[in-house]
Amino acid sequence: MASQRKLPFWADAILLPGLNLLAAFLVSGLVIWGLGEDPFEALSLMIDGAFGFEEGVGYSLYYATNFVFTGLAVSVAYHAGLFNIGGEGQAMLGGLGLTLAVFLIGDASPVFAVLLAIVGAATFGAAWAFVPAYLQAKRGSHVVITTIMFNFIASALLAYLLVGPLQRPGGQMPESADFPDGASLMHLQDLFEVIGFSYESGPLNLSALIALLCAFAVWFMLWRSRFGYELRVVGQNHDAARFAGISVTRMTVIAMMISGALAGMMGLNELLGEQHRLLGNFTLGYGFVGIAVAFMGRNHPVGIVLAAMLFGALYQGGAELAFEMPNIQRDYIVLIQGLVILFAGAMEHLFRDPVEALFRRVGQRRAA
Amino acid sequence: MKKLFGRFGAIVGLAFAGFAAVGAADFKPVLLYDIGGKFDKSFNEAAYVGAHRFEEETGNGFKDFEPNSETQYEQALKRFARRKADLIVAVGVGYSVAVRNVAADFPNVKFTVIDAIIDLPNVQSITFKENEGSFLVGMIAAMKTESRTIGFLGGMDIPLIRRFERGYRQGAEYVRGDLTFIENYVGTTPSAWNDPIKAAEMARSQYARGADIIFSAAGPSGLGSIQAAKDTGNLAIGVDSNQNHVAPGVVLTSMLKRVDLAVYKAMKAAQDGHWSAGHNVMGLAEGGVDFALDEHNAALITAEMKAKLDDARAKIVAGEIVVGDVEGSNVGH
Repeated sequence: MASQRKLPFWADAILLPGLNLLAAFLVSGLVIWGLGEDPFEALSLMIDGAFGFEEGVGYSLYYATNFVFTGLAVSVAYHAGLFNIGGEGQAMLGGLGLTLAVFLIGDASPVFAVLLAIVGAATFGAAWAFVPAYLQAKRGSHVVITTIMFNFIASALLAYLLVGPLQRPGGQMPESADFPDGASLMHLQDLFEVIGFSYESGPLNLSALIALLCAFAVWFMLWRSRFGYELRVVGQNHDAARFAGISVTRMTVIAMMISGALAGMMGLNELLGEQHRLLGNFTLGYGFVGIAVAFMGRNHPVGIVLAAMLFGALYQGGAELAFEMPNIQRDYIVLIQGLVILFAGAMEHLFRDPVEALFRRVGQRRAA
Repeated sequence: MKKLFGRFGAIVGLAFAGFAAVGAADFKPVLLYDIGGKFDKSFNEAAYVGAHRFEEETGNGFKDFEPNSETQYEQALKRFARRKADLIVAVGVGYSVAVRNVAADFPNVKFTVIDAIIDLPNVQSITFKENEGSFLVGMIAAMKTESRTIGFLGGMDIPLIRRFERGYRQGAEYVRGDLTFIENYVGTTPSAWNDPIKAAEMARSQYARGADIIFSAAGPSGLGSIQAAKDTGNLAIGVDSNQNHVAPGVVLTSMLKRVDLAVYKAMKAAQDGHWSAGHNVMGLAEGGVDFALDEHNAALITAEMKAKLDDARAKIVAGEIVVGDVEGSNVGH
């Protein structure tokens, strides 16, 4: 924490992520150049694919919505001093809760089913996070280990249900039957049409707004409520928290459950917004990328929304690239995204230390 | 670690096309592969070979895309349909629901789907009688085995793959009645197609239990089974594409499923204007399935075996031998 003080806010929030991104693109550029393609053309294809046309923007924001949910999930736990790597599993269970809610009352009342689905997604996600949280708080089993193992359990559970009781009748793939008509979140282009202007159809749906609401709620909770203050105290120092009369056990469990609920709501975007059925591995690693999003966004909701948009654009632009340049196969796109995550997350100190030294020197010179 | 990384980038790479105006001169079909990926030396590669042949013969290029997960099926189909692709060919049973959803939304776009049956006026469904081809390779296995134990290794445990097993077993039993069968399936989710490590483990265990020939109907996972055969000095039977060249002398034969032919024909027909929706079945009689015989396995298949196979083939085509099927292999949606 103290090391962050050495840098002015703008350098920490903008300069460093910018440098990390630049380094990642530089290395990716070298890879693309090595493959015999023009790196600048590739970059322009990516940017154009992500922002160049209405549909592309829609897809970028659609992916970004997933990252906002999982990024917020990681950051809430992080502020309580917990590293929740279980976003993936919590999102799967959230999707399951959502699906059960929709099938339970979807035929009777689609609107009510959507509301119950939102509650179901959050509840199942929270419940899946509760077990590791409880084990951490009461038994000292490290939450990193338990949450990552819970991802595998969730994945196996979902696969079992989707080739068993929940499988689409007559189907061969691990997927559920279609949600009943009307039990879905409105697409934003339909909403735009209601208020009078047209937008190319795409997957972007109401859950993008729900994600923004969640971001605001997380900000309010963490920095404007007594509860959030307590949560952050627990994250900074257990002893101080205990001394101040805060129950570390209770805060650990609650923080993890909020985290799980946020991750669980990712299904709103993927399932209720777009797919309209439960798929075996709809989470696609969003839970893991949420970690990188949270760190790149400096664990602040505004930063997370921005970082999520960056990753959303990267996914969408990468997709465009995979298509337009046949030499660049899907695995290289994974490589480029991996490099961004590597530089933004794991190798953050590569630039932090030199930049800090630079600022110190400049500061000293100015003082002298 | 591999799993984590796979998930990490799973969404990556949805495909989009910037299609220009459509004209007969620049007919541009789209080919969407299944999870295994383009160069899997099996099912998807067969599709690529077909499209490639179309490109070479007509000079018209094609666009293709490899999804990383089943969530991408629908997204990819929609992207291409929105951009008015001339023909979208989707290979793999996984595409069934996705093609149904997207084709209903885009009635003016033509879709060809392989291994699934979609009853819509703009969808052409092509399925194969895999059991007939499997019957022939089952005969080869039965004639070749010395341990009187033969194995079957399926990819994803679904009725479609059970159909391979059914034909294989029936073909083997047609030759001799004293055989022991061992069968395994790599998994129950689409990732089972792409897990050669696990497939190799299972194949090794089958060889250890006495099998000397294993037929794997597992897409790219089957390469693990061929590797295991090579390592243990046994024989393997490839699937979909001609895999004899993967390990000459080790691959006894391959059960050909002519996805290449289906893809080529669909593209060619669409270009020439006589593409039609509906359901086509490709069996032995239509040249849709067969066993592979080339310079890599010529030494393994004797003239006597060949004669018996030709005889059985004629009987199947004539309807004298009816190869059993598995219910639900190609379900309509």
